[in-house]
Amino acid sequence: MIDVINLKKSFGDVEVLKGIDITINKGDIVAIIGPSGSGKSTFLRCLNCMEDPTSGQIIFNGVDIADMKVDINIHRRNMGMVFQHFNLFNNKTVIENIMLAPVYTRCQDLKKAKRKKLFGKGGADASLASLTKEQIKKEEKEKAMSLLKRIGLEDKADVYPSTLSGGQKQRIAIVRALAMDPDVILFDEPTSALDPEMVGEVLELMKQLASEGMTMVVVTHEMGFAKEVASRVVFIDEGVIKEEAAPKEFFENPKDARLKEFLSKVL
Amino acid sequence: MGNFDQKVNKFIEIFVEQNGYAKVIQGLQNTLLIAVTGLIIGIIVGTLIATVRVLPKYKTLPKVLNGICSFYVALFRGTPMVVQLLVFYYVLLPIIGLKITGVQVAMLVFGLNSGAYISEIMRSGIQSVDSGQMEAGRAVGLSFGTSMMKIVIPQAVKNILPTLGNEFISLIKETSVVSFVGAADLYVAFNYIGSNSYEFMVPYLVMALIYIALVLIISLLIKLMERSLKKSDRRN
Repeated sequence: MIDVINLKKSFGDVEVLKGIDITINKGDIVAIIGPSGSGKSTFLRCLNCMEDPTSGQIIFNGVDIADMKVDINIHRRNMGMVFQHFNLFNNKTVIENIMLAPVYTRCQDLKKAKRKKLFGKGGADASLASLTKEQIKKEEKEKAMSLLKRIGLEDKADVYPSTLSGGQKQRIAIVRALAMDPDVILFDEPTSALDPEMVGEVLELMKQLASEGMTMVVVTHEMGFAKEVASRVVFIDEGVIKEEAAPKEFFENPKDARLKEFLSKVL
Repeated sequence: MGNFDQKVNKFIEIFVEQNGYAKVIQGLQNTLLIAVTGLIIGIIVGTLIATVRVLPKYKTLPKVLNGICSFYVALFRGTPMVVQLLVFYYVLLPIIGLKITGVQVAMLVFGLNSGAYISEIMRSGIQSVDSGQMEAGRAVGLSFGTSMMKIVIPQAVKNILPTLGNEFISLIKETSVVSFVGAADLYVAFNYIGSNSYEFMVPYLVMALIYIALVLIISLLIKLMERSLKKSDRRN
């Protein structure tokens, strides 16, 4: 699903990623670990071009999205992202947070489809054009509510994020990503900013997603999660992938010297 | 004090009997019209400029736009409002051959002028919003412009509302120079009353009171607006 080929990224004169190659298949759960400053977050942020790669290719569903000519916004709809600091929209209620992007993008598509219909180029989009804005809103609202029910926060639908706990915010952020029906979700240290008490509820939701077959790329310091849930663990250090293996092999029989040292400190 | 009573009587006489009140109402209308339209144009222009100035700048087009905006801001902040009014009314408009009234020129100039100031206010407001908000918007597939419009700017506006209120207050007060281009504002009205009675003390005093009353009312409105916008910060 995602093919990363010789990805490099520099900030000014500092080369953070020095050529990364990795393939992420449908259903993979890739845990990325590494010391701070190793480039693991930068790598994740390059995957959806939050940081534009300096060179290299990222082939997502057959399109090289590292190419600056590609309309990245369309591809990002299929790539959810969950941030360390949640980044819920502070000026929107919880349910608006979840609905905003799906409603907006579907209404944009609707406009386009209507325009096409007007010029007699309907085709496959014709059925899309029969919907109205209100119908889209209603559908997405129902969907958002069922997502909130799933995480047991339906009573929080109309409050603003400032009233929520960190764990609640992060679970809503995950659900916000889910609302777009993405092919893959990128997690950037999703539990690092949480109280220890709340880490569990977020990991639990991530485990549920994993068991449902969602493709996930997770930058994490939670070795337990990596061991238990990941299908592959990747160790990034000094801007390159030093080791990549199944979790059992990775934790019990590490080969790279730097990884051995790292694991001896964190385990 | 008998002298002062006389002056008050004279003022009332002209105010009531010689159409003074009509001039004052007309002046008040123009003053408010110029300030409000100026503020609206200013907010639109200022938001556009502020958006251009926070655009990521590794492409050519944003760089060029940024240069133009810097020049615009330097031009309008670097010259007094009166000079801008005079240049527009007596230099630019005759050159393009456009005939519009003094009030319309004043609305335009006040808008363009406050746009330069509001752009800086708005820029600091946009920069005060956590960059994660923009990132989250982009991450769900919204464009830079849409994320800006729907997520960042509403939060920025909330942060800068007190400063924006100040800008409106200073716009109201600065309208007192529009008589330079023949727009009939409060000053013109009270000047008319004064010249007809050869007595300026009371008219100008009343004019000052009207300005103070206007500013107080506006401050109150801003406070109310702030409170209703703050609801997303409140914990309940």
